Amino acid sequence: MSGWDKTAITVTTLLPVAGALVIIMVPKEKDRLVRALGILFTGAALIMAVAIAIGFDYGKGGLQYVLDTSWISAIGARYHVGIDGISMPLYVLTFALSFLCAVYTWHYVPEPGRTKAFLALMLLLETGMAGTFIAFDLILFFVFWEMVLVPMYFLIGIWGSANRQYASIKFFLYTLFGSVFMLLGFLAMYFRGPAPHTFDMVQLQQFAAGGGFAHDFQLVVFGAVALGFAVKVPMWPFHTWLPDAHTEAPTIGSVLLAGVMLKMGTYGFIRIALPMLPYGAQKYAPWIGLLAVIGIVYAALACLAQKDLKRLIAFSSVGHMGFVMLGIATLTTIGIQAAIFGMVAHGVITGMLFFCVGSIYDRYHTRQIAEIGGGMAERMPKLAGVFAFVSIASLGLPGLAGFWGEVMALLSSFSPNTQLGLSTALFRGFMIAGGVGTILTAGYFLWMLQRVNLGPMPDRWKEHAFSDVLTVEWVAWVPLLLSIVVLGLDPRIIFGVTEEAVRGLMSALGGG
Amino acid sequence: MVAEATAAASGIIRSSWVVVLLPVVSALLTLFFGKRTPGKGAVYGISAMGAAFVMSLLILWHFVQGGGTYASQVNWFSVGPFHVEAGQYIDGLAAVMLVVVTSVSLCVHVYSLGYMDGDSRFTWFYVVLSLFTAAMLNVVVAPNLIQLLVGWEIMGVCSYLLIGHWYEVKENSNAAIKAFITTRIGDVPFMFGVFALIFATGFTTSNIAQIGDLVKSHELSNGLVAAAALLLFGGAVGKSAQFPLHVWLPDAMAGPTPVSALIHAATMVAAGVYLVGRMYEVFINADPWVLQVIGIIGAITMLGSAFMALVQDDIKRVLAYSTLSQLAYMVAAMSLGPAGRNASFFHLFTHAFFKALLFLGAGSVIHAVHSNNMSDMGGLKNPMPVTFWTFLIGSAALAGIVPLAGFWSKDELLVSASHGHELLFVIMLATAVLTAFYTTRMVVMTFFGTYEGHAHPHESPPSMAGTLVFLAAATVVVGFLGSPQLHAPFFKWVFFEEPEAIHFEAWIALVGTLAALAGIGFAWTLYAPRKERDPLRALGPVWNLLEHRFYIDDFYMKRIVYPVRDRLSAAVYWFNQHVLDGIINGTAMATRGLGQVVNLFDRGVIDRAVNGVAGTAGATGGLLKYIQSGNVQRYMAFLFVGVMVLAVVFAKLV
Amino acid sequence: MIRLPFVLFFSALLFSAGVYGVLARRNAVMVLMAIELMLNAVNVNLVAFGSDRHDVGGQMFALFVIAVAAAEVGIGLAIVILLYRNRESINVDEVNLLKW
Repeated sequence: MSGWDKTAITVTTLLPVAGALVIIMVPKEKDRLVRALGILFTGAALIMAVAIAIGFDYGKGGLQYVLDTSWISAIGARYHVGIDGISMPLYVLTFALSFLCAVYTWHYVPEPGRTKAFLALMLLLETGMAGTFIAFDLILFFVFWEMVLVPMYFLIGIWGSANRQYASIKFFLYTLFGSVFMLLGFLAMYFRGPAPHTFDMVQLQQFAAGGGFAHDFQLVVFGAVALGFAVKVPMWPFHTWLPDAHTEAPTIGSVLLAGVMLKMGTYGFIRIALPMLPYGAQKYAPWIGLLAVIGIVYAALACLAQKDLKRLIAFSSVGHMGFVMLGIATLTTIGIQAAIFGMVAHGVITGMLFFCVGSIYDRYHTRQIAEIGGGMAERMPKLAGVFAFVSIASLGLPGLAGFWGEVMALLSSFSPNTQLGLSTALFRGFMIAGGVGTILTAGYFLWMLQRVNLGPMPDRWKEHAFSDVLTVEWVAWVPLLLSIVVLGLDPRIIFGVTEEAVRGLMSALGGG
Repeated sequence: MVAEATAAASGIIRSSWVVVLLPVVSALLTLFFGKRTPGKGAVYGISAMGAAFVMSLLILWHFVQGGGTYASQVNWFSVGPFHVEAGQYIDGLAAVMLVVVTSVSLCVHVYSLGYMDGDSRFTWFYVVLSLFTAAMLNVVVAPNLIQLLVGWEIMGVCSYLLIGHWYEVKENSNAAIKAFITTRIGDVPFMFGVFALIFATGFTTSNIAQIGDLVKSHELSNGLVAAAALLLFGGAVGKSAQFPLHVWLPDAMAGPTPVSALIHAATMVAAGVYLVGRMYEVFINADPWVLQVIGIIGAITMLGSAFMALVQDDIKRVLAYSTLSQLAYMVAAMSLGPAGRNASFFHLFTHAFFKALLFLGAGSVIHAVHSNNMSDMGGLKNPMPVTFWTFLIGSAALAGIVPLAGFWSKDELLVSASHGHELLFVIMLATAVLTAFYTTRMVVMTFFGTYEGHAHPHESPPSMAGTLVFLAAATVVVGFLGSPQLHAPFFKWVFFEEPEAIHFEAWIALVGTLAALAGIGFAWTLYAPRKERDPLRALGPVWNLLEHRFYIDDFYMKRIVYPVRDRLSAAVYWFNQHVLDGIINGTAMATRGLGQVVNLFDRGVIDRAVNGVAGTAGATGGLLKYIQSGNVQRYMAFLFVGVMVLAVVFAKLV
Repeated sequence: MIRLPFVLFFSALLFSAGVYGVLARRNAVMVLMAIELMLNAVNVNLVAFGSDRHDVGGQMFALFVIAVAAAEVGIGLAIVILLYRNRESINVDEVNLLKW
């Protein structure tokens, strides 16, 4: 068993890349075989990820499935991977969403086709995303982090819609801009860290917990690292790449972008910025909270002004990630657990919303709300029903997944971590703004549903043949729909997994 | 028989959660199998509600027999230090509410068989109906605030779905959105109130009973408790449609009539009042000004909505405003202390039955004449006798005619206000006059005179008429449960602290009855001789003011909703696209511009320098090449000259 | 015995005549003959200095130079003949292929 313990996550994480290599070697005429291979490899990886989750000891804090061997010895970078309660939900989410995307691809590959390249890039993307969540060496983390950019760049740039060139370049450059600062921060920690110099995240965290980094140093480095993560999240005002990227990306790209990639930013805050630079975190927390609530209200208002369905969902992501960041900014156990819950819930719900929008586009060949013009419930009751269900989940209905992350984030901002010097009054102000945001969120979602689902079908679509939800769509969607309900009814699934790890994190931060 | 029932009741109270689960199960069954079931799936909802109703009666029987409160819970989840349980908390109050909710919901389920017959989304309607009931039942039995919050918000969504059931018409979906958003505006403060209480307990509990004990023993900070009370009341204001969040309820009439009955009698609006009663320890132990705020809100809503009811032509809107007004009675009474709370609950209880009756009666009329407007009705008492008589009973109860349900509860309300709250007492009395007036106006315009419409009115099918008879019987009976002459058994079940002696003061009963009779008489003289033009139109500007609902809706829409939705959002998006994105694009453009400059420098200066060197060398070579003429003799001449020069130079040196 | 300066003066004249011939004559054969003149001027010098210093090496070098000059003239005339065959002219001004 020890062999499995050591190699499980490495093999699981690299399996998609192996799949990509296999797919490249298949002749492109065998389109169905390529798609089947995509499902096979993502499915196998998902099964292994689930096996890892089952074998995980939830009563224990700290890392499990650790593999720590030398890698680039010249600079002391090691191949150090492992998994803990914070990584686990995101790790499994990555494989689950990728698998469902592969299933969806069975039915639909966006223009201009080229299934082989499409699936190979998707698999490469999967490895990059999964690797980010298990890397415990800063250089390894950075490698996986950047590895995500390239496939996503091509996914948007090749299979995107009209304005894809602009969007893909903007996406690539903006996130690259952020990660440069992040890398500088990493290097600073490397040189100011314990002797001998190390990139090992566990060692750096222990060093930081012992007060290793000077306060001034932390203020500067936290700013640099946080900028890198904030672009990825994306936090207001660094979010403008997101609507463009989402609007132009193919459905699969949007699903993975919203579902997993955005979480890399928030994960970075929880995994790196907070425990390694605790003093910086304390000092920046009010500002992060402020940007988070501005993002919530701002995104909701921007959503009200959207005419493009996909762009609207993209902006709603900014708001939801605002709640996640608000939870993190409180520096409380409840807040951080709420943040992780919010990440998973957003991944499932918004991923599903993008699937819906993709399918709507598939049928109408337009994403303009005014052109769709309502009446979807009349002709496609099932698709409209799923869309309404997911929208309502997204606006935070209790009993569904979206609720717990939001409500617990607001609860935690009612009483932020005063031991770390956070102002209760300030964060209660944030809470009220967040509450206003939830009202506006309900407003734009219901208005959107009214304009898309309800009312009579406009005359121009009357003669058009529409198919309701297809079987392959059901196969890809039902797991997501079910998990929206299950996570909503039994939040222990996430809260229980993250509890020990977050407790460890809080002790690193100091204060309860 | 009695002993068996008691035994069954004490057993069944342990599984009260089944009452909540039944409609959930029926909703799922209807959703997945409804269309394939004979009768399109209504059978699931009706049988589930029937079973739930029987169980609720047994649970109530437990309290009738003097049984005690039952609470049980299991761990649900925990976040950090904060543990949340799920479970049930059944006291007399909850038991009564269970009966109210399940009975009205059962009636609505049965009634809809006839009313919604032939509707294209019949099955879906039953799904949401069951889910709606389940959410309300969850609010009733919830032992803690988090579980309550879950039911509370699910109700909001169900009301959205039901009000917008006929979404082909834009007004209906507008009304649905308005209902959801308006109640959500109340829900957010409610949520904050819950946070405040959880915070006050140091994240140890969200259990309602425990919080109540802590508040009573003054272990929680006063400021937090007062804030929490006010914030919780915000939630009640939203759900129970009190001023200033009352605007959604009249618009909610866009939904099918059975839904209106459910919303007005058993679920949404009752939830707000129920919440205040449930959390009453928090309210009564908070600073007194909190209760005063509640009283003022109640008084404003009471009188204002009674006035608005006077001018409505839509029969359902009359009833909607009457609901606002009656709920305001309950809310205002909540500000009067324990006695007021009891009276308030009793009114909630009786009101549920006669308001459900009135709505379903109105639905029966609408079903017959295919119009909501009373100006299209008239003279219906002959073609629709069952509807007429049951509607009359309901109206009399609403007006407060002895010995119907409304009389007893209104009397209790007046009694509790008569001691030291004179202003409120007068307002209640004035509202009673208005209530009797608009009720009579409604009955006269609908059932008396001659038929004005173009349909062929007929009595409704048995599923509808039977329901009306059942509710009418309940309306006659339930009032006596709170009658002081019969020792008011109701108050023993739902007592709060020690059951206070129930006063019956003859003069108040008399004044209350006189008020009702005055309203009825006045309305009868005005409306019995049917006129082309509504006599109240003589009020001129006042009529206009009332017809425009005091311009409150206009204010909200024109000053808040549209500016935010259309202008603020556009401004924000403009900011996003032009300022934030402008910075990004500007940076990109500037970088590209800088690249152009660098490019020019590179080509113009650096590259030119390198090329210049090469060019110079070439040019020089071009000149020097002519020396190599190919003529050997010339080379020799140069050589000779060179040797000569060298010879001279070296000769000199030597 | 002729005094050395006279002989040197003679050889200088002879060399100058040779230089003139090499630089000024257009006929390749004449140029070759002028070269011979210069070589012989050197030979005269060698012999003169040899006899003046009582060293037989001067005469030996003169004989060596005569031998080399014979070889040189052989090659030179061969080139001239080839030149004539190709160009039908032995004017050295026309032989300027090896230029820029």
